[in-house]
Amino acid sequence: MKVPFKKGEVLPVRDGYGRALIELGASNPQVVVLDADLATSTRSNWFAEKFPQRFIDTGIAEQNMVGVAAGLSLNRKIPFVTTYGVFVTGRAFDQIRNTVCYSNLNVKIVGSHGGLSVGPDGGSHQALEDIALMNSLPNMQIFCPVDANEAWQMTLQAAEIRGPVYIRLAREATEVITESDYVFQPGRVKSLLRGEDGYILFHSVIGSEIMKASELLAEQGLNLTVINCSTIKPLDRTVLDEIGVTGKPIFIIEEHLLNGGLTSIVATHYALHKPTKLYTISIDDRFGESGSPGELYDRYGFSAEKIARCIHKTLR
Amino acid sequence: MDKDYSHLFSIARRIRRKIIEIIFRAGSGHPGGSLSGVEIGTALFFHILNHNPEYPKDPKRDRFILSKGHAAPLLYALLQESGYFPEEWLTRFRKLDSPLQGHPHSLKCPGVEVSTGSLGQGFSIACGLAWSMKYDRQKNRVFVLMGDGELDEGQVWEAAMFAPHYKLGNLTVFIDRNRLQIDGNTEKVMALEPLADKWKAFGWDVLQIDGHSFSEIINAAVRVERSNRPLVIIADTIKGKGVSFMENDPGWHGKSPSQEEYEQAMMELE
Repeated sequence: MKVPFKKGEVLPVRDGYGRALIELGASNPQVVVLDADLATSTRSNWFAEKFPQRFIDTGIAEQNMVGVAAGLSLNRKIPFVTTYGVFVTGRAFDQIRNTVCYSNLNVKIVGSHGGLSVGPDGGSHQALEDIALMNSLPNMQIFCPVDANEAWQMTLQAAEIRGPVYIRLAREATEVITESDYVFQPGRVKSLLRGEDGYILFHSVIGSEIMKASELLAEQGLNLTVINCSTIKPLDRTVLDEIGVTGKPIFIIEEHLLNGGLTSIVATHYALHKPTKLYTISIDDRFGESGSPGELYDRYGFSAEKIARCIHKTLR
Repeated sequence: MDKDYSHLFSIARRIRRKIIEIIFRAGSGHPGGSLSGVEIGTALFFHILNHNPEYPKDPKRDRFILSKGHAAPLLYALLQESGYFPEEWLTRFRKLDSPLQGHPHSLKCPGVEVSTGSLGQGFSIACGLAWSMKYDRQKNRVFVLMGDGELDEGQVWEAAMFAPHYKLGNLTVFIDRNRLQIDGNTEKVMALEPLADKWKAFGWDVLQIDGHSFSEIINAAVRVERSNRPLVIIADTIKGKGVSFMENDPGWHGKSPSQEEYEQAMMELE
């Protein structure tokens, strides 16, 4: 399948989601999309315009939305539930746990505006713990696209997976960094750059900053392998084991709390199998705050300059 | 009038005996709210629902969702009596490796449409089922049994707005109005009245019936076919119905009888 967006294009990952929904709507009559009054923000309105009969707005009622989606899945429908990540994973956590995951229902949950990207709205709206919550659930799979192409592929593939999936989207327009022949595979991570001086693991749209940081580091003679861990559950344990034995430094960078995010997940894997020293740029036990996404990236150490400086300081 | 349904009386008595039996054997479980729903469950499984125990996943079946999942003993007794699984399974309720989990689990027990236990959720699930059946122009109906204490959950009122908005006339909700929840009388814990007015204001067809009368249950449930509005049937019931010392006592919400109490209960249910 050929990806729809060109490398270097700048657009929000939710656009990839919205586009995939339209394609699914045309190809699969069982796909139904639900939103909780945020359809214009999440891009589910693109589906709603083309397939109004298969779009359900539940109003601002996330708990009922997840339950309704569960009921749809019991009658062969493939529901995509969409709203802000912070609300769907937080407010409807019990519905996702006790209804969707406990019965292993075929419900796709898409949390938009993940991480700091919702910026000025502040800490109440920034999902920084959504992965921790979803990762705690048996049967759930978790995908975090780095760009609109990956979001598009993940959405199409999620419709083929039988069982619950959580996809984390972001608000801000970010650069497309996947190549035209890119293919997402659940449980298989992909390297975006290769280098001998260590590894950077990341998920979600911070990838475009990491690519810029890698250029800055290269100017200083440091070349690291950059791995897009967009499949958090299932985790690619094979690659973790391969890079763990090299003894090279491993950096984990994520717009998510340290507690329960990729850093915790990878650290747990290594602690149980082969203790390995890790470095992290993540958010340590605090809520976000208002500010432009750029300002927040700088404040929390996620800007390309800050990432490069941190890695340089650690390695030199 | 109830005499027309004499066969249901004997089934209901067996269902009650099974409820007591399995909770006694398990040493724990929820007798009060299981016993209050016996006539509703019996009328559904043995008169109203179109279902086929030989083919539990028959797409043409009506759906029954036990939103008050703690009444699992009632559901298991109904399913077993219908023939979904052998009687021997009832002896293993709440035991290790049993298909009969403490609260119903759809991946373990045939005939359980979806796992329930966290209150309020079965109702939303039923709304989704009803929406999909309406969309697909299927004739199936969807029935839900909710507890009255369960109505405290905010999610219930989200779903109560949803069903009339999407004109889910194929959805029927029974409220097992036994007026007791764990901490006591529903009106003291968190007042529900005027309950019928609340549902009417939300756009539902509302009926109030004696929840232990087969004729009233069946007349109420049959009445709505071809309506555009969902129906809620507020069924006045007695918690612990059928066992004298359990009736109207919130202490029997989630407690197993002693040997002596078990023997007396079974004697009363002869």
